[in-house]
Amino acid sequence: MKWFWYASPQTFYPLAGTIARASGIVAALLAAAGLYIGFFVAPTDAQQGEAYRIIFIHVPAAWMSMFIYVVMACWAALGLALNTRLSGMMASALAPTGALFTFIALWTGSLWGKPTWGTYWVWDARLTSELILLFLYLGFMALQAAIDDPRRADRAGALLAIVGVVNIPIIHYSVVWWNTLHQGASVSVTRAPTMAATMLTGMLLMALAFWAYSIAVSMVRVRCIIRERGGASSS
Amino acid sequence: MLEAANLTCERGGKILFQKLSLRVSKEDLLRIAGDNGSGKTSLLRILCGLAWPAHGEVRWKGEPIRRLGEEYSRSLVHIGHASGLKDELTAAENLAVTCTLAGIRASDPAIRDALGRFTIAPERQVRHLSQGQRRRAALARLALSGDVPLWLLDEPFAALDAAASALVEELVRAHAGRGGAVVYTTHQAAALRDTRVIEL
Amino acid sequence: MLATARAIVYRDLLVAVRRRSDVAVALLFFVIVTSLFPLGIGAEPNLLRAIAPGVIWVSALLSSLLSLRRLFEADHDDGTLEQMLLGASPLGVVAAAKALAHWMVTGMPLAVIAPLIALQYDLAPQLFGVLALSLLLGTPVLSLIGAIGAALTLGLRGGGVLLSLLVLPLYVPVLIIGAGARRRASSCCSPRCWWWRRRSRLGQSPRH
Repeated sequence: MKWFWYASPQTFYPLAGTIARASGIVAALLAAAGLYIGFFVAPTDAQQGEAYRIIFIHVPAAWMSMFIYVVMACWAALGLALNTRLSGMMASALAPTGALFTFIALWTGSLWGKPTWGTYWVWDARLTSELILLFLYLGFMALQAAIDDPRRADRAGALLAIVGVVNIPIIHYSVVWWNTLHQGASVSVTRAPTMAATMLTGMLLMALAFWAYSIAVSMVRVRCIIRERGGASSS
Repeated sequence: MLEAANLTCERGGKILFQKLSLRVSKEDLLRIAGDNGSGKTSLLRILCGLAWPAHGEVRWKGEPIRRLGEEYSRSLVHIGHASGLKDELTAAENLAVTCTLAGIRASDPAIRDALGRFTIAPERQVRHLSQGQRRRAALARLALSGDVPLWLLDEPFAALDAAASALVEELVRAHAGRGGAVVYTTHQAAALRDTRVIEL
Repeated sequence: MLATARAIVYRDLLVAVRRRSDVAVALLFFVIVTSLFPLGIGAEPNLLRAIAPGVIWVSALLSSLLSLRRLFEADHDDGTLEQMLLGASPLGVVAAAKALAHWMVTGMPLAVIAPLIALQYDLAPQLFGVLALSLLLGTPVLSLIGAIGAALTLGLRGGGVLLSLLVLPLYVPVLIIGAGARRRASSCCSPRCWWWRRRSRLGQSPRH
């Protein structure tokens, strides 16, 4: 019962503020722990030296980029099914963060590629899928930006997000297949070294930190959207 | 038959009308009057189901039209501002497709007959027709829609000469006489007698 | 329902036949774009043979995109879209019929003239069939996916470019599978395996 009470933007507004503050603190703590483990505690890799440490940012960012898209699509589906305004606002609030993580994944992937394989960009399956995911996010944001009426923007974005989420596995597998078709002698840039326990812990901590960060940032953004659409009575 | 409760319509941040309720029953002739920009077309589109009101609900025979979907669409004829005709097709071809889309079974002779009543040559491509002729070609559909209970007409008398206006009036009255209902908008002061009026 | 679909396809085909310039322009665009690649890359025969399927597919994709904008826009402008929305059949049928008509007017002719382009690229003749078939199966999917984009961007400013941005990422699997088909065919197994994959893609349909 309580969920539906919070489904109104007015009542959600203060709750969002509280969640944002709490998640922000959690994110900072987890990030500190994760980065410490990643950059100081985890052992040096035998093959890749110190350069591999970027996976502590690259892999969690890639995970989050896909996870956020799925969450966005869930909010979108909820909005279409229950016709609640807040669900659409949540989806719109999540998109820029998802795009940011996708960009971070691509950028760190490139930075990883240079010292290990000698090139900044490799057309391997993971990076190419991430690139297309970035286009999907940007398309979503562009579509919402082009529509003036917020209701239509929410519905259109929701439909696009759902079509996108259905297509993501298809895109991913077709890219993997494409990659095997054109496989040269190159090995995938994103193949991580065999995981020591500390490495895995570090990555998980960073993933959780990114997750808490996404929650914090999207809560702040949702508050902005609520204010923009005239739903908030007071701060 | 048709009921609208507490309709509120917003456009561009401005509220056009609010808490508007109306009821249309058999043999009703309802005219929606108002100046340009007062929301007549918006109201008609909301009644069709082409637009959604900010608040309120439209019901057909007790059921909300959102839930009815095609069942409601099959029970109405809507003729709006746009002609609904393809330039490259002849008037007869256009009318045939329109009838098929609306689920109305109309034979070739019936189509020619309908167009003939409005003095439109069936074999002429619409792009060669004048503005008034296109309007008449669009309205010719009414002659084949006798079985459709609800007629929603947006400015049916606009751009028509006296003969065509009289023909439309005749069709509208005949339809109401048969037990149908007609809702139409016009900003012209002269309109059909014996109609109820809603001012926006 | 079938009557509605038939009426919509019939009307769109009739319009296309009487306004031949639209169809011709799309085909011409396809031919011109495929001619640009050798000019940009160089006319070395081995290179051209290798890039032929990819180039033809990308050009087909772009050519299909060109005409997508008008898919619903033309109907919106003259009021026929409203007629279809208020029609007696579900919207899914309407959208599918529109996509089918779009394919028959743009995709099918492309598949037919693709072998001619392949000749320009010195592709082995035994691969013409695979190429044409891959286009014949792939272009309907392009029309269906494109219809989603066209519907979402109807009436928006900057519609054409926005439409491309939305639809191109969704086109990627079709492109990969379609262009990759030639590799498969020329290397080992029969075209049957990707044919099956293609059929499952055709299950996608647009929403309004």
